[in-house]
Amino acid sequence: MEKLLEVKNLEVSFQTYGGTVKAVRGVSFDLHKGETLAIVGESGSGKSVTSQSIMKLIPMPPGRITGGQILLSGDDIVPKTEKQMEKIRGKEISMIFQDPMTSLNPTMRVGTQIMEVLIKHQNMSKTDAKNRAIELLRLVGIPMPEKRVDQYPHEFSGGMRQRAMIAIALAANPKLLIADEPTTALDVTIQAQILELMKDLQNKMDTSIIFITHDLGVVANVADRVAVMYAGQIVEMGTVDEIFYDPRHPYTWGLLASMPSLENDDKADLAAIPGTPPDLTNPPKGDAFAARNKYALAIDFEEEPPMFQISETHFAKTWLLHPDAPKVEPPEAVKKRIRQLSSTFEKPVIVKEGK
Amino acid sequence: MAKYIGKRLLYMILSLWMIVTATFFFMRIAPGNPFASEKKLPPEIEANLNAHFGLDKPWYAQYWEYLVRIVNWDFGPSFKYKSQTVNDLINEGFPVSFLLGMEAIFIAVAIGVILGIVAALKHNRWPDYTAMIVAVLGISVPSFIMASFLQYFLAIKMGIFPVARWESFMHSVLPAVALASTPMAFIARLTRSSMLEVLANDYIKTAKSKGLSRGVITVKHTIRNALLPVVTYMGPLTAGILTGSFVIERIFGIPGLGAHFVTSINNRDYTVIMGVTVFYSILLLVSILLVDIAYGIIDPRIKLAGGKKGE
Ligand SMILES: Nc1ncnc2c1ncn2[C@@H]1O[C@H](COP(=O)(O)OP(=O)(O)OP(=O)(O)O)[C@@H](O)[C@H]1O
Ligand code: SF4
Ligand SMILES: [Mg+2]
Repeated sequence: MEKLLEVKNLEVSFQTYGGTVKAVRGVSFDLHKGETLAIVGESGSGKSVTSQSIMKLIPMPPGRITGGQILLSGDDIVPKTEKQMEKIRGKEISMIFQDPMTSLNPTMRVGTQIMEVLIKHQNMSKTDAKNRAIELLRLVGIPMPEKRVDQYPHEFSGGMRQRAMIAIALAANPKLLIADEPTTALDVTIQAQILELMKDLQNKMDTSIIFITHDLGVVANVADRVAVMYAGQIVEMGTVDEIFYDPRHPYTWGLLASMPSLENDDKADLAAIPGTPPDLTNPPKGDAFAARNKYALAIDFEEEPPMFQISETHFAKTWLLHPDAPKVEPPEAVKKRIRQLSSTFEKPVIVKEGK
Repeated sequence: MAKYIGKRLLYMILSLWMIVTATFFFMRIAPGNPFASEKKLPPEIEANLNAHFGLDKPWYAQYWEYLVRIVNWDFGPSFKYKSQTVNDLINEGFPVSFLLGMEAIFIAVAIGVILGIVAALKHNRWPDYTAMIVAVLGISVPSFIMASFLQYFLAIKMGIFPVARWESFMHSVLPAVALASTPMAFIARLTRSSMLEVLANDYIKTAKSKGLSRGVITVKHTIRNALLPVVTYMGPLTAGILTGSFVIERIFGIPGLGAHFVTSINNRDYTVIMGVTVFYSILLLVSILLVDIAYGIIDPRIKLAGGKKGE
């Protein structure tokens, strides 16, 4: 498959009164054409900052990309100017935000907000753009689009607004769609509809999607691969099966153990991860998760673990995979689901720098 | 819409009636009367005058007569200036005050909005600080001090503008600026804070993520929304300009309605005080109604149907 996006060692920090917040600390991943990558992790782990950096949407200042590359079809966007970014935003990459109630301009007709993209990126005339906007609204499942196109956001329900946002995002046929918790603010039935719609449109348009969420249940539904983020780093990444059935990182175990599920509903299973994420102004020495990790080894407080590769697609950043590490058992809830996957290597290998 | 305006007009008439009534009774409670000034008049003459102006009738008769006259847009004769009616005074003074007020409103809105926008777009950089220093000065310096200041430097010292009187456009510049300075400063701060608020909104990020240029985002997505509070302020602004003009017209010797009003208060010229008060109230009520209608047109979330606001 063709690589659409390659993020290499991305580092982003924010200059604040309290010091420099290192929000993203060396994130690398890639994304193929038509693929969906989910990014999960608790609040503050850097999911939004990572994804907004891909469009250079983080406020600069105080934000700054301090290192790394973001290759879009092989072309690094980090050094690009604002003017150059305008040609990429909305056209090559577009974004859907968490709260549909606030992400549309309240005093502009919904149709006009879609037309803006078409006029800017497709050089359409006003009439053509309006007709296309109606088509797009129909495509995202809004009834009576001829009438809706002239309405204002407050005349739309939350779910319909998110549909309108999807219409805006997909108007110029972008190659990459970033959805930052697109369903978190919606109620469950609407959530399912929006996810269904996104999958459906992805099949039609062959768009790649980066899907940010902290709901692992949603991940299993939509994603091909999953990246687990913790304290500004990707700590584990693999296919959905690898993350769900053969997780290797204690933080992923924690996430899976704290996920309510239908099949095992014994109370003991719902375990929250103790403690809070570290302060990213002064990231701790060693592994950022060590203080919250009951499996932590002595080395964890001294030296950051390298990335280990468990299969062609499965990576985890924990000392537990080192040959000298003691054998540990994951929590009961996770152990129950573990399966032997055929693609797993004989034993984990340390990944060299730059992967 | 028509229903809404009808309802608002009804409320306006109700408020006007209350204002007229309150003014009428306050005037009666106030000590002294228009003929009780410098020289003591012989009692016969005073009785005659009272009869002539209907002051000898019981209060309810006077009150009723007054209401009827106001409905007919007749504010009666002036107590002090024999041959002039209050209507004459208004017809003569109002165009002058109106021109001055419009000029001041224009200056306040145009410069205030521009200062506010520049300050917000250059947030925490020197244009922001400069604009806000200007704003603090404008708010804290009272208009009559501003007026004397302008007269002293721009008129007496530098001779760019005439010191006073009302003869040409040049004569109107200083009083209009003095009148505009406080509201202008207020509008600048209002615009700035509302711009900053809008800029922090998610939909600005959406606009940016669509690849729109900074110019388009500023004009089409930011300024329009940021100006909504400024439109709301237009009602109080009109009131401020009206009351401000009393002082400014006196300082610059401008024969406007405000100057007449102040003189009539000194003279206890009942009919003029009441007439001008009622006239000002109508002006204010109408401008507030216009502001609300304008607001409803700019902000689609506000529906002007059946007098109900919001969703
Ligand atoms: N504008 C900013 N100024 C300073 N710090 C920021 C800014 N934006 C983000 N950060 C910091 O970057 C870190 C990562 O934030 P980010 O929004 O990416 O988290 P997230 O994983 O998206 O969390 P959530 O699930 O709550 O959306 C946080 O510690 C946050 O405080
Ligand atoms: S490296 Fe150590 S502290 Fe970090 S997750 Fe692995 S075991 Fe825990
Ligand atoms: Mg986020």
